[in-house]
Amino acid sequence: MFPPDISRLPVILLRLLETFQMALAGTFIGIILSLPIAVLATRDFSPHPVVRFLTKGLVSFCRTIPDLIWALIFVVAVGLGPFAGTLAIIVDTIGFCGRFFAEAMEDVEKGPQEALTALGASRTDIIASAVVPGAMPAMIATGLFSLEKATRGSVVLGIVGAGGIGVELQVALDLFNYAQAATIIFVIFVLVLAVEQVGSALRARILVSGK
Amino acid sequence: MLSRLDLKSQQSTIGSGQRSPDFDLEISDLSKRFGTNTILRGISMSVESGSIVSLIGANGAGKSTLLRSCIRLIEPDSGSITVQGKQLVGAAHRDLVFVRSKIGFIFQKHNLSSRLSALSNVIHGAQSRRGGPRTWIQAFAPKELREEAMDMLAAVGLSHKALSRADQLSGGQSQRVAIARALMQRPRIILADEPVASLDPSSGFEVMELLIRLAREHKATVMFTTHNLKHAEEYADRVIALKGGLIAFDQHASQFSAASVKDLYV
Ligand SMILES: Nc1ncnc2c1ncn2[C@@H]1O[C@H](COP(=O)(O)OP(=O)(O)OP(=O)(O)O)[C@@H](O)[C@H]1O
Ligand SMILES: [Mg+2]
Repeated sequence: MFPPDISRLPVILLRLLETFQMALAGTFIGIILSLPIAVLATRDFSPHPVVRFLTKGLVSFCRTIPDLIWALIFVVAVGLGPFAGTLAIIVDTIGFCGRFFAEAMEDVEKGPQEALTALGASRTDIIASAVVPGAMPAMIATGLFSLEKATRGSVVLGIVGAGGIGVELQVALDLFNYAQAATIIFVIFVLVLAVEQVGSALRARILVSGK
Repeated sequence: MLSRLDLKSQQSTIGSGQRSPDFDLEISDLSKRFGTNTILRGISMSVESGSIVSLIGANGAGKSTLLRSCIRLIEPDSGSITVQGKQLVGAAHRDLVFVRSKIGFIFQKHNLSSRLSALSNVIHGAQSRRGGPRTWIQAFAPKELREEAMDMLAAVGLSHKALSRADQLSGGQSQRVAIARALMQRPRIILADEPVASLDPSSGFEVMELLIRLAREHKATVMFTTHNLKHAEEYADRVIALKGGLIAFDQHASQFSAASVKDLYV
């Protein structure tokens, strides 16, 4: 393994960037989609208990199936490449954020909602003006966690051909090229560490100012 | 102005379904029970347009229950509530929302969205007449809405705090923002449930003073609950006391005195 082989470093870094792009895009789209899904899954804002039940079921289903399996499914459905990986991350993010956004919305203090109910505001306006702002710190923290999770997850997705650096790692391992594998693992480690550090720093700031 | 005796004689006509245009709020035979605990036992009252009524009574007497029932934040068990001639009990959701839009409700706790600016919170008051994304936060709001909200903040003396986050305001400032939000509704009626109970005595008087002055300027009818008899005496035209789920007395403010309340809080 030593010394690590850095001859293919530019290619490896490009693949790493692709991995991070998949994670970022997948998480971002997943978070946007999770918002309305979470609303439908809450006790107070779901239009009907049946809708709530079905939505919660859908979110659990997204969570139950591992991201690697989702990646396999999407590779079959849309072909090899980062698009399949991004789709897998979107679904995985919905499984995570859909649940925790709903809980964050249910935990928001009721006073501001009641004040808007009292003046005749619509359900949508109440959610947008009182519930979402109240749940925002918790939702941002959840969103950052899911970005960390997606970054870690997206590394592996390449192994099933869903884009990113995973495929490089697999090839290196298949060829017993451990010096190159060491380089790949090291750059992955740096990326994951960086995302986690930035995530914790942002979370700490939000929780302080969120009071 | 009707005298108290006139009020009494007017009240007796409510049962027949007759409505006098002089009354903004008419409550008739209103009852409410929580489990086996009967809180209101057939309350009837009519609140004259433009008048200021203070509702007093011991803890648990049902003041908040009565006030909340007026906009059906609590569903009464029986009786009728008529706001500017519109029957609320059993009304369809649309009609309920319409009536609510005309009533500013001030809570003991300001109930602002704490992470949004004072200005955004005031703009929320406009959701009573027009909703949608442009009323969600001040940055989205159209010019005329922002300007109206700024006028309301000026009226409560908080122009300089427009862009401060609500959770950075003092208790008195927050309650004034809540008043500005209620005024943004262009309300006909203001219901205030112990609006200054969590403020210190001097801010309490200031905010009470402001609320009553602005309500008079906007020609809104006011009903407020309080444990501060000085506020009742000072600001109300009429004092109504609840005890045991019934109206213990209903007096013109000029008749109201320490003697009136001697049995109220025992
Ligand atoms: N949602 C509820 N469920 C059960 N009981 C309730 C509910 N709301 C109020 N009560 C009860 O009804 C009674 C009257 O309450 P209410 O808040 O109307 O009194 P109040 O006159 O406003 O008292 P205070 O001066 O303490 O504010 C109390 O005994 C209270 O416990
Ligand atoms: Mg009360």
